[in-house]
Amino acid sequence: MGFEKFGRKSFTGVTKTSKFVDLLTEGKVEGTVCKKCGAKYFPPRADCASCLSKDMDWFEMPKKGKLETFTVASYAPFGFEKDCPYTMGVVDFGELKLFARLAKELKTEDVKVGMDVTVKTLQYEDGQMSFEITKA
Amino acid sequence: MAKDVAVIGVGQSSFVRGYEGSIRELAFEAFREAMQDAGITQKDVDASIFCSAPEYDKQRSPAGVLAEYMGLIPQPTFYIETVCSSSSSGVKVAYSMIKAGLHDVVVVLGFQKMSEITSAESQERMGRGADIQWEAPFGTMMPAYYALYAQAYMAKNALTHDDLMNVRIKSGTYGQTNERAVYRKGVKAADFDASNPDARMASPVAWPLRVGDACANADGSSCVILANAEKAKAFSKKPIWILGIGAASEAVNMAARPDFAKGLSVGYGAAAEAYKMAGLTPKDIKVAEVHDCFTIAEIMAYEGLGFAPMGEGKQLIREKATYKEGRIPVNVDGGLLSKGHPIGATGGSQIRTIVLQLRDEAGSMQVPGSPGIGLVHNVGGVGLYGNVTIFGR
Repeated sequence: MGFEKFGRKSFTGVTKTSKFVDLLTEGKVEGTVCKKCGAKYFPPRADCASCLSKDMDWFEMPKKGKLETFTVASYAPFGFEKDCPYTMGVVDFGELKLFARLAKELKTEDVKVGMDVTVKTLQYEDGQMSFEITKA
Repeated sequence: MAKDVAVIGVGQSSFVRGYEGSIRELAFEAFREAMQDAGITQKDVDASIFCSAPEYDKQRSPAGVLAEYMGLIPQPTFYIETVCSSSSSGVKVAYSMIKAGLHDVVVVLGFQKMSEITSAESQERMGRGADIQWEAPFGTMMPAYYALYAQAYMAKNALTHDDLMNVRIKSGTYGQTNERAVYRKGVKAADFDASNPDARMASPVAWPLRVGDACANADGSSCVILANAEKAKAFSKKPIWILGIGAASEAVNMAARPDFAKGLSVGYGAAAEAYKMAGLTPKDIKVAEVHDCFTIAEIMAYEGLGFAPMGEGKQLIREKATYKEGRIPVNVDGGLLSKGHPIGATGGSQIRTIVLQLRDEAGSMQVPGSPGIGLVHNVGGVGLYGNVTIFGR
């Protein structure tokens, strides 16, 4: 399975981190960790920027984080128009952060900076795989 | 502070929607004005640097094509790109070439013809200036990215929508007097009144940012001609010296960004480097151009540049300190918000404004008191790149 299945619409076909999409189908949101120096990355990387190693492993992202910020998009770029409006945000897990859309069922008026959130995987009706931020 | 490299000529096309001509003709408008301003001919120029965001151009590798049209062959020509800060990056490279003794006189020409594609296509391309592998699949675009900063910043620092509106009102005050600006109407509070269906700036784009919080796309070009000290003194009665020049970069992915409530790290990094090189402090700056692609970006820039303490940028707009008569006039040419933001041309246009200010030639936009030191803050992408350049007489 290639990386074109990632997200609402992928702009990248081939990457050494395409296992990320396989993990999404298993219900897991994972980053990579360097086997040599232990540096952790999200989004995943195939190469360690700290020690230059290419020996990377996968690890599951934390479950509990706080919503650091968010925005509600009223306009969408080409190819995303039918999803509008949608909310995107950044989760702070402490050591790591994550950017994603917020789950549709979260009402905009209930979304607050600093609220407790978690992350889960998501399959779109056309088979595309993604992950989204939802209430903890 | 060393006076080794000076600006000896500046030019800018009008920033417009739908330029009636090709990119080479658009580029020539700024070039002609800068060359006439410098009073030199093409044989005096040793190299050229062209700057744009290439995803808007149908022409591949535009530097060669444009160098020919400007009459700048067979001299070496280069292409520099850092999205919205391309032309201030071009100036940094030109500065380095001159300082290294490779070339005496270098033309830096920024251009962008954005109108050949639709606004939605344009937003998608701009979104691709961010992380296409991990973020674009969510449907990101420029306003949404800046809105992430705005949301966190407003929550932490008690910045209000009225503060953002007042940045836009200031921009409109000066945009209406700038004959090169794309948006030449004044802006008033009623334009942001969400209860009024006719209010043209109130509707949300990417909450908390509204239509009026965003700059407009435009077609335009800018040109800055730099020279070493010997040539600057020979050619120019009023050379404007580069006193300090700083640049920084930041992680592209939002997941790798530091505290969103603190604004763009590149603003702080580039400013620190430029101040150190110039041996100056924020208090020495008498007029500034900052990268106000969105209203929030101007507030964050106040802090990155040290004009206000972190979290207190709002006080400058509340006290009108950044108006022409204020303590530190900022974007008194209308900024990106009113002047428009033709990506590759923007940095050179900001430099042109500061050069004219320091020469006391800014006309109706002239800051009183004959300012001697000015600053340009130009950001590429969502704080992916940042350039701060300090100029003096």
